[in-house]
Amino acid sequence: MDFTAVLAQIRPKLGCVADNLAIIEEQIAKAKETGADLIVFPELALSGYFLKDLVPEVALRIDSPEILHLIELSLGISIAIGFVEETDDYHFFNSALYLEDGTIRHLHRKVYLPTYGLFDEQRYLARGTAFRAFDTKFGRFGMLICEDMWHLSASYILAMDGATTLICLSSSPARGIDGDSLGSASAWQKLVSTTALFLNCRVLYSNRVGFEDGVNFWGGSEYIAPSGESIVRGALFDEDFVTAKVDEGALRRERIFSPMMRDENLFVTMQELGRIAHERGR
Amino acid sequence: MAGLQANMELLRKLLVGFVRDEVRKVGISKVVLGLSGGIDSALVAFIAAEAVGPKNVHAICMPYKTSNPESEAHARLVATACGVNFSVTPITPMVDAYFDIFPDADNMRRGNKMARERMTILFDQSAFLRALVLGTSNKTELLLGYGTLYGDMASALNPIGDIYKSQVWQLSRTMGIPAEVIEKQPSADLWAGQTDEEELGFSYRQVDELLYRMVDQRLTKPELAAEGFENEFIDSIYTKIQNSHFKRRLPVIAKVSNRTIDRDFRYARDWGK
Repeated sequence: MDFTAVLAQIRPKLGCVADNLAIIEEQIAKAKETGADLIVFPELALSGYFLKDLVPEVALRIDSPEILHLIELSLGISIAIGFVEETDDYHFFNSALYLEDGTIRHLHRKVYLPTYGLFDEQRYLARGTAFRAFDTKFGRFGMLICEDMWHLSASYILAMDGATTLICLSSSPARGIDGDSLGSASAWQKLVSTTALFLNCRVLYSNRVGFEDGVNFWGGSEYIAPSGESIVRGALFDEDFVTAKVDEGALRRERIFSPMMRDENLFVTMQELGRIAHERGR
Repeated sequence: MAGLQANMELLRKLLVGFVRDEVRKVGISKVVLGLSGGIDSALVAFIAAEAVGPKNVHAICMPYKTSNPESEAHARLVATACGVNFSVTPITPMVDAYFDIFPDADNMRRGNKMARERMTILFDQSAFLRALVLGTSNKTELLLGYGTLYGDMASALNPIGDIYKSQVWQLSRTMGIPAEVIEKQPSADLWAGQTDEEELGFSYRQVDELLYRMVDQRLTKPELAAEGFENEFIDSIYTKIQNSHFKRRLPVIAKVSNRTIDRDFRYARDWGK
């Protein structure tokens, strides 16, 4: 079905859950007012990104008052949001929740924690172990958190699991100033467009803005149609409230026009991956 | 070279945004910086004026008696061009009072003392004006260690520490810094006729080409040699980076506890901001 999604391009404060929750509530209220059906926040929207030793301090259990409050707010609008999750066995995950009609529809734990260059996630966080598509009021979705999307297999698995909409929550740092456009922005734009095109999926990409210790997050939140075409893109560097009119007909037409996912041979893929795993294990 | 030929519009937005965001998030609206009459501090003054408004920028020229009078004139010219507050605080009395005790001190000691004298003025004015101190060291001099530890290398925020001198020149042209400041020979201005390039023994353009490939692109030594750099030049620059690394780090702390500052007690500086 057709629906309206808002990509909330916010500027979280590092380590300030209460302040960020206030920003998030304000955005949710605004999205509700405009009649949006879904609001997508960036990765770690509740906490900020370069947390380091703050991870245990900002972590929330999924039955914490903050998360219960967000679940309640999802009675009026579906919400996808990133936060640090604390589990019963005291593991900390870079997680994303999809909330709908006052329930948790899905919890995704970031699988690929970048730990190179300026990133150091695996030092502080536990790795997720699954990519699962899930059903929503607006069709079957898959969620990815930032670096997850740079692994072709992640989006592929979600698409094979039936997702026709991929949501990516991101905190992507700005770098690369030698081209016509920002290096990390153009890399992401190619990635989301190509992923949509290869998998005949829509992509809702929500990226934050602001600076943490001199590192800029560039924004540019974007809705990509299943044809790979960018339908709407948020401001570079500045806060934005990006409204995406998601058209069901466009998905249907694209899947008729290029039925690659219909023709995708899961058996061949499984057989070859099984062989590779077997050979590597020897 | 593509990497040194940066996209000026983007770079300007990033650096202006950096100053605006990092200053305001700590609940402060003003900045203070030393304006030498050279290009690096001129560029920082222009960036700051655009970021927080010229009225919120305090530029202080701190000449010593041997400083070239042209430097102060250029500093004044820059301040007028970007509309920032400008004042002059000479450091001659303080520096001379000290070296009256050590009259045999060489140029290096004197230069370092001057740089640190200026630092104490900037940090005093920082407290007085409730303004953050902006650094004016570029990536070339930070990598080469061509600066005074706790002197000109000290600051709260440095907008130009990740851009090479060659890029400082490019951005300065884009931002409309007066031509005479861009075109003059870079100098630490510690004694008459001193120029950076003579003292360093190579030109900024030469070394930037090497640093960009060595540091940013991580080319190996044979790859650098294949691109036409002399082995001796490569080795001497590598050694300079290595030997000056202490200047780019906090003082080393002897570890005895389970949580040692900066080793296993790790927080971003923007913690809670």
